[in-house]
Amino acid sequence: MLGTNLKHIKSEEEFNEVIENNENVMICCGRMGPMCLPVYDIMENLESKYGDVKFYDMEFDAPHAHVLRNHEFARGFMGLPFTFYFKNGKATKATTSIQNKKQIKNILDEHLV
Amino acid sequence: MNAKHYDAIVLGAGATGLTAGIYLARANLKTLIINEGLIGGQMILTHTVANYPGVWETSGRDISLIMKKQAKEFGCDIESNVEVTKLDIRSKKKMVEIDDDEVFTADVVIVATGGKPRKLGAKNEDKFKGFGISYCATCDGDFYTDKDVIVVGGGNSALEEAVSLTKWVRSITVIHQFDNFQATEHAIKQAEKNDKISFILESEITEYLGEQQVEGVKIQNQKTGEFRELKTDGVFVYIGYIPNSDKFEGVLELSEMKEIKTDENMQTNIKGVFAAGDVRVKKFRQITTAVSDGAVAALSAIEFLQK
Repeated sequence: MLGTNLKHIKSEEEFNEVIENNENVMICCGRMGPMCLPVYDIMENLESKYGDVKFYDMEFDAPHAHVLRNHEFARGFMGLPFTFYFKNGKATKATTSIQNKKQIKNILDEHLV
Repeated sequence: MNAKHYDAIVLGAGATGLTAGIYLARANLKTLIINEGLIGGQMILTHTVANYPGVWETSGRDISLIMKKQAKEFGCDIESNVEVTKLDIRSKKKMVEIDDDEVFTADVVIVATGGKPRKLGAKNEDKFKGFGISYCATCDGDFYTDKDVIVVGGGNSALEEAVSLTKWVRSITVIHQFDNFQATEHAIKQAEKNDKISFILESEITEYLGEQQVEGVKIQNQKTGEFRELKTDGVFVYIGYIPNSDKFEGVLELSEMKEIKTDENMQTNIKGVFAAGDVRVKKFRQITTAVSDGAVAALSAIEFLQK
């Protein structure tokens, strides 16, 4: 389990439940490395500002993370973290490698909220 | 817009900024730390810290978390992951606006904004970030298992990360713009004796080539000016840091490298404004020197406020 203050997705069943039962979901799938930590921190910071979005992390090396590692949106991704945005159960956007707060806010505003 | 007043505002929450905050708050000064990025700064990107005196081997992240906790428990307010949208540090009363909607004033400001990784500036760099361009071997190394990669740079980070990448990759070509390395003898020897690593010196990447992912690079020889192309599966970039001093250009006195000039007490050319850590002119950049700068800047600021 990742040492963040975000909610963690710990199984494939939980992943399916989360994206099916919430309109807007952002999931950061990574490790506790230097490219991932800033994204978790930004998500923790945005949680209070984006009440309509549910923020989660997922451990990249956990078996159930194949749902994102092998997701069609992640084709060609070669940089951690893999960050996904889901609306009504469907992926609308995914990014590879570190993103800054402005980039994340732009995606949230354009693709989710 | 109503401004909230503090005795001191610290810009930056790396090792320097957090230390300054700890010292200021311990002196009972109302202190605000404003940070545009991640608390801990570059320190958090260091996996293992083995030479911080008094602390057994630990991670930069763990040191950051403790420093942040100390700063908060001593009474600092911290605003992190915000954008500084307006800044006036020339007047007696200093002003900082964040995210276009909150204004803070203070009697002193300590600039501890640190540095950020230097980009290569080659064509297609942004397009291929995460698609063959990486800035972190420990994060992304396993995506390049049995592949051929390039490491750009000639300092300790470049050569140490090249050696660490050999765990995964088939071959590494180190490309460096000069004819000698800036790394320590030990790091150079470790890289040179590794069979997987070869070197191209006096050369720079001018363009990343490929469709969806990096498939090659265009390199220019710095001596002859000639271009050539080299096939590769990925490029790891380690070419040092640049100071986060853009906001102070034309206000604070900067060096040619855009670092803020200070005296030994961290005083800048403006009264009541101190600069400390990696953003200022200095030779050695370590967590220990950052902490030292932060303490000196805070003590100077305290003295300034007492006058």
